[in-house]
Amino acid sequence: MEKILEVKDLELSFHTFAGEVKAIRGVNFDLLKGETLAIVGESGSGKSVTTKSIMRLLPEHSSEFKNGHILFNGKDLTKLSDREMQKIRGKDISMIFQDPMTSLNPTMTIGNQIMEPILKHRKVNKTEARKVAIDLLRLVGMPKPELRIKQYPHQFSGGQRQRIVIAIALACNPQILIADEPTTALDVTIQAQILELMKDLQKKIDTSIIFITHDLGVVANVADRVAVMYGGKIVEIGTVDEIFYNPQHPYTWGLLSSMPSLDVEEEKLYAIPGTPPDLLNPPKGDAFALRSDYAMQIDLEEDPPFFQVSDTHSAATWLLHPDAPQVEPPLSIIERMKKFPGSRYFTGTEGGTN
Amino acid sequence: MAKYIVKRVIYMFITLFLIATATFFLMKALPGSPISSAPKLNATQLAIVEAKYGLDQPIAVQYGKYMLNLAKGDLGNSFQFKNASVTDLIVSRLGPSVILGTQGLILGVAIGIALGMIAALRQNSIWDYGSTFIAVLGISIPSFVFATFLQYWLGVKWQIFPVALWKDGWMSSVLPSIALAMGPLATSARFIRTEMIEVLSSDYITLAKSKGASGFEVAFKHAFRNALIPLVTVLGPLAAGLLTGSLVIEQIFAIPGIGEQFVKSIMSNDFSIIMGTTLFFSVFLVFVIFIVDILYGIIDPRIRLSGGND
Amino acid sequence: MSSELKKLPAESFERITIDSSHSERIAKPSLSFWQDAWLRIRKNKAAIVSIFILVFILIMAFVGPMISPHDAETQTITHANLPPKVPGFEKLGFLDGVGTMAGKEVDLYEMKKVDTYYWFGTDGLGRDMFSRVWEGTQISLFIAFMAALIDMIIGVAYGGVSAFYGGRVDDMMQRVVEILYGIPTLVIVILMILFMEPGVTAIIIAITITGWIGMSRIVRGQVLRYKNQEFVLASRTLGASNPRIITKHILPNILGIIIINTMFTIPGAIFFEAFLSFIGLGLQPPAASLGTLINDGYKLVQYQPHILLFPSIILSLLMIAFNLLGDGLRDAFDPKMKD
Repeated sequence: MEKILEVKDLELSFHTFAGEVKAIRGVNFDLLKGETLAIVGESGSGKSVTTKSIMRLLPEHSSEFKNGHILFNGKDLTKLSDREMQKIRGKDISMIFQDPMTSLNPTMTIGNQIMEPILKHRKVNKTEARKVAIDLLRLVGMPKPELRIKQYPHQFSGGQRQRIVIAIALACNPQILIADEPTTALDVTIQAQILELMKDLQKKIDTSIIFITHDLGVVANVADRVAVMYGGKIVEIGTVDEIFYNPQHPYTWGLLSSMPSLDVEEEKLYAIPGTPPDLLNPPKGDAFALRSDYAMQIDLEEDPPFFQVSDTHSAATWLLHPDAPQVEPPLSIIERMKKFPGSRYFTGTEGGTN
Repeated sequence: MAKYIVKRVIYMFITLFLIATATFFLMKALPGSPISSAPKLNATQLAIVEAKYGLDQPIAVQYGKYMLNLAKGDLGNSFQFKNASVTDLIVSRLGPSVILGTQGLILGVAIGIALGMIAALRQNSIWDYGSTFIAVLGISIPSFVFATFLQYWLGVKWQIFPVALWKDGWMSSVLPSIALAMGPLATSARFIRTEMIEVLSSDYITLAKSKGASGFEVAFKHAFRNALIPLVTVLGPLAAGLLTGSLVIEQIFAIPGIGEQFVKSIMSNDFSIIMGTTLFFSVFLVFVIFIVDILYGIIDPRIRLSGGND
Repeated sequence: MSSELKKLPAESFERITIDSSHSERIAKPSLSFWQDAWLRIRKNKAAIVSIFILVFILIMAFVGPMISPHDAETQTITHANLPPKVPGFEKLGFLDGVGTMAGKEVDLYEMKKVDTYYWFGTDGLGRDMFSRVWEGTQISLFIAFMAALIDMIIGVAYGGVSAFYGGRVDDMMQRVVEILYGIPTLVIVILMILFMEPGVTAIIIAITITGWIGMSRIVRGQVLRYKNQEFVLASRTLGASNPRIITKHILPNILGIIIINTMFTIPGAIFFEAFLSFIGLGLQPPAASLGTLINDGYKLVQYQPHILLFPSIILSLLMIAFNLLGDGLRDAFDPKMKD
């Protein structure tokens, strides 16, 4: 599968009154054509900032790329001028935002808002654009699109507004769709509808999706691959099965353990102790070590490199170093690993590795 | 929407009614009346004069007559110029005041919006500080101080504009219009700046940018309209400010407008004109507020088209 | 993602126990709302300068008449209409007692054989402008502060009660306010002034009679907002009584906006008093406020500009300073602008 987007060694900082906040401290990932990559992490881990930096939507005067490249269609997005980025935004890469109640302009008809990228990026006239807009509304499941196209955002419910936002994002058949927690602000039932819609549309339009969320349930539903972020870095990346059933990084263990599960007999709900690191003064070494039960001396001294677990799976933890001691992950994680061929705890009768 | 309008209309009438009634009773309570300005009269002459002015009727009747007259637009006669009807006097002076008021408003608001936009779009730059500075000056320096200095420098010292004159040419309206415009300018500038900054940090602006909109499009197609709509709410106080401003400006520049007449009538205790003009001002302001309320309901689609959710 | 593995000392892989309380340590000192606001306002140069200006003017208003060699009431006709003359500055070419007389520049002090200094000059009756201006400032400030104080008390009480009790009480109280609000302030003020004897009390009453409405609206809005927030509800479920909720929870949160609003009411009151005096409805002579002085001065601007100049400067400075300070406070108290 070909790579649509390559993010290499990305580092980005914000200049604030208090000092330099290193929001992204080294992010590497690729996006393959047609896949859905989920980025998970706590608030403050840098997932939103990463995607906003791909779109270059961060305030120019207070943010700075300290290192790295974002390669797309043969260009390095970190080096383009804003003018050049405008040609890409909405056309090749587009974004869906978290809060549908505030993402639409309250004094503009939704028709105009959908037609805006169409008129800008595709050489069509207004009537043509209107037709496309109505088709898009129909595509995202909006009843009576010809009537509703003249209406204003406040005349729609939250779920409907999110559909409109999706319609806007897909207006020019983008190669990449970035969805920044699109269902977090919605009811669970509506959430399911929107996720179904997105999966459906992805098949129809063949776009690649970067899906940001903190909800692992959603990840299991939509993702092909998962990247786990912590403290401004990706700490583990792999296919969805690998991450859920053979996780290697203690933080991923923590995340998965925090999900209440009916399978395990634990009586206490697990929560990762402590708080995310202060990115004004990032800790030396492995940022998660301070909250981990599995910390080692080296975690306080040096940043772990990525260790390959398989062709598609790698994790940045010193635990994977050949010299590191064998540790026992939490019970619930062991239960998961039992189901994964190739893991240490696999109890299946089929032999062979992954 | 219709309910909204009806409610505003009713409030407007209640307010006007209260003002008129208050004015009537104040008139009655005031020292000085048509009689005291006349020479000493004996009882019969007094009775004749009282009858003439209807002062011998019971209060209720006088009140009724007063309200009736008001409805007809009759504001009585001036104390000083006994044969001149107050209504006529006011109407004759409308012209210059309206011209100045309109010029001042348009000039002030237009420039104010421009300054506010510049400040918001170039935040914390020299443009921002500059335009904020002008806005603060505009609010702080009282119009009469400003007007006097305008008059002194541009009129007396450099002799570009007439100092205190009103001719049917636009030159004489320049200085007073500028002086009047400062209030609306300052208010609009500060307001637009605050609104624009608030709007520019909204989610929908980020969405607009993510569609590939240029900086110009974001500012003017998206942000501007949202920042402008609340400006309408400020029009009421702006109009009131223009009124108070006109009293002073017309005096300084010797403009034969309503304001100047009003101030003169205060000096000469001509209570008919004072009351009549006050009533006129009230009606004007109440009406402006009413129009503004309706206008706001129309241009904000959230109010105009409420409902429609399924 | 290198596959080179450095050879690392064996101890590196020793497991260590992390005291998780370390990670819960709060890195920055916690600041109270007021400390935070003070830090922010300190950075606002305009606001700091304004504070200095205001303090200076306030001090001068009381000290001024005392340090001047002349007092404000004495009329020395022979010393009438003298331009300002300040020792020391005269060498620099201004404030040197030189004015225009019949088109020519003349040292009027010499001409009139005056050997004392009048720092701000004199007016038509030979009164010392320096003392007059500062005494006028006293009165203007007094009126403004009183008016702002009364506005604040009535406004907070009315708005607070209306919002806190809500329901029908709120409905009725707001209806009254809506109608009162619709009556133009100017109109009420003029009617009141005509009715009462002009003087300081009349002006204060006139300004406050509708001035409190603005404050009451804002206070009502804020109280409504906080009343329904969950921390108030939480407090109530823990058994807090109404007075306690008001004083410990709601009041501290709305104090900021009350202060800001009062900061803006003061220049409004100063301006309004000056305006009334200018059109003749304010104080009557011999009482002087900044407004009356400006009124006197503007008529003479061509020949004795100094009579207009000094009160105008002080009035403008007061207004600018209060407005800038109010702006600064507003920015300092605004939680959205936190660093």
